Amino acid sequence: MAKPPTLKFDSLALHAGQKPDPATGARATPIYQSASFVFRDTDTAVGLFNIERAGHVYSRLSNPTNAVLEERIATLDNGVGAIATASGQAAMHLAIATIVSAGEHIVASRSIYGGTHNLLDYTLRRFGIDTTFVDPRDLDAFASAIQPNTRLVFSEVVGNPGMEVLNIPEVAEIAHEAGLPLLVDATFTTPYLCRPIDFGADLVMHSATKFLSGHGVVIGGLLVDGGTFDWQGSGKFPTLSEPYAGFHNLNFAEEFGPAAFITRARKEGLRDFGACMAPNTAFQILQGIETLSLRMQRHMENTEVVVAFLEQQEQVESVNHPMLEAHPDHELAKAILPKGSTAVFSFNIVGGRAAGIKFIENLKLFSHLANVGDAKSLVIHPASTTHHRMDSVALDKAGISEGLIRLSIGLEDAADIVADLKSGLRASQRGL
Amino acid sequence: MYTQVNDQKTFYSNGNGKIIKGQPNVVFIHGAGHDHSVWVMPSRYFARHHYNVFALDLPAHGRSSGPPLKSIDAMADWICAALDVLDVDAAAIVGHSMGSLVALNFAARYASRTRVLALLGTSTPMPVTDVLLNAARDNEHDAFDMANTWSHSPFGEMGGNENPGISMMMSGQRLLERTPEDVYFADLNACNAFADGDRLATQITSASLMFVAAQDKMTAPASALKVAQLIPQCRVIHLNPCGHAMLSEQPNTVLDGLASIV
Repeated sequence: MAKPPTLKFDSLALHAGQKPDPATGARATPIYQSASFVFRDTDTAVGLFNIERAGHVYSRLSNPTNAVLEERIATLDNGVGAIATASGQAAMHLAIATIVSAGEHIVASRSIYGGTHNLLDYTLRRFGIDTTFVDPRDLDAFASAIQPNTRLVFSEVVGNPGMEVLNIPEVAEIAHEAGLPLLVDATFTTPYLCRPIDFGADLVMHSATKFLSGHGVVIGGLLVDGGTFDWQGSGKFPTLSEPYAGFHNLNFAEEFGPAAFITRARKEGLRDFGACMAPNTAFQILQGIETLSLRMQRHMENTEVVVAFLEQQEQVESVNHPMLEAHPDHELAKAILPKGSTAVFSFNIVGGRAAGIKFIENLKLFSHLANVGDAKSLVIHPASTTHHRMDSVALDKAGISEGLIRLSIGLEDAADIVADLKSGLRASQRGL
Repeated sequence: MYTQVNDQKTFYSNGNGKIIKGQPNVVFIHGAGHDHSVWVMPSRYFARHHYNVFALDLPAHGRSSGPPLKSIDAMADWICAALDVLDVDAAAIVGHSMGSLVALNFAARYASRTRVLALLGTSTPMPVTDVLLNAARDNEHDAFDMANTWSHSPFGEMGGNENPGISMMMSGQRLLERTPEDVYFADLNACNAFADGDRLATQITSASLMFVAAQDKMTAPASALKVAQLIPQCRVIHLNPCGHAMLSEQPNTVLDGLASIV
């Protein structure tokens, strides 16, 4: 029996979470630029605070514009719910703060965004949360790093900037066998390329600043709850399975079932840490998501052209992209990222650090900046920017050499992108 | 909260309230493959308004143990046994979908213990299509996909939840996916086999309220209205746009309606 027809990804990217505005009939999602919302009466006010009624109280907790974005990403990721946050880092922090407490532990891939590394390796240790970093390709390392006080396993779908593809089904199984959820950062892939929850991940976070927006004009994050993890059965998550004095002894797993995590994250994490998204930002991200499929297709088409070009250049030592047969995760990428594994990738330039600097400074079309996933092509030298806090040992562990260049391939004409790279590569070798 | 009903561990939510003798009682009965969590908002509302709330997990559902009950009659008898254990003499009986059949059956056969009746998404009979029944019998995931999709209106499928940031479709799907093997089939089979609804509807003596959703594909509006006409004192609240998953699609209107009778 075929499944009943449901709306497809491209339709949901345009419509999920939004009805024409009930007040005005506006087709586009209105920006509800309001800090607070008027109560019908006192009893309704209490009901909203006490989770008896659905609606909005104060925009730190929820906002109608943000709610459209939250429901849209939850729908695209096959999650039960989502929360829009001030940044990707805020989404990451919200995920951790909801289920990990002082004295507990995280197992994380060592090939992750530098900002996330800072949070895990420096800041959270100050709050009593330790992290063990492992090679994301080493499944045994994930298993053996899990301790009795571990509460979370974390990785990026595609490692940054090492380009390791996470074996989501296997790592999820390792986590679940230990009674732990798997959180993945899917910023590079977006739900267009990969829906991690379908492969076993329990929680997903995005820096919505990147491909989801595409325009690079806002900072925002999204945290998605798959609704798949059994918080009660695990027995390791009292914040979800025991009465919470901070909300009149509410037991989130008991009362909200599959939506326990995302409800606690909103009712505690957004309430108390306050890293909410501005409604204007949510609107901008929604504009990006409307064209996500079209943009991601073009990003991947251009990436294929660029990777093929770089492979042929004598100034290039190696190209690191899962689409290449020589990449260690090529077969895995075909299985879990069949539409392409990302438009962000890296290569090593002949001549190391000096050549890398010359290359970047001679590019005209590419922008040298600390971002990825823009409509415009971007370039950066990780060792001196995003990962500059890591010493040489840590850099080496993260698979970053001094000549590593990270590219984020944009939506320009592929011929123009290639021409700019060719010019930069020529310049990179002068005077070496 | 846990208790023992017919020697089986039984869970009920009291909506974070207190059970105090003398307060009015309200019993919530969930639908096929569901559990008490579908009633979270009305449970919390009535608990705050000084009701004794009993949002029960039927056997084999949610946090309750035991084998699934095989018929609507057996479920209504089980509700009676649960009320005995919980020391509840009479209560407002509220049911959704399969739970509405249980509520209707209970209200007709245990009239003295039914203060008022509220039915959401009902139909007598409540036939279940063979493709869904067969998929549930074979414990195929398609059964959840079919039921969940058909439980939402086109508007519900699109989203725009009153409850911020929550996907109605995926919440329903994940809840069904928690159902143990063979339980969903037992539920659907009980609905499909329930043949005495029209006669029982005429015997209901309590004030009653029926919620009818305009885009309900699981229990068609015309069928629901027919049941409402058979119940001697039945008021109807029309929900539009709304599908069978009315607690998700129209939570505030449903709550206001329940508050008007419970």
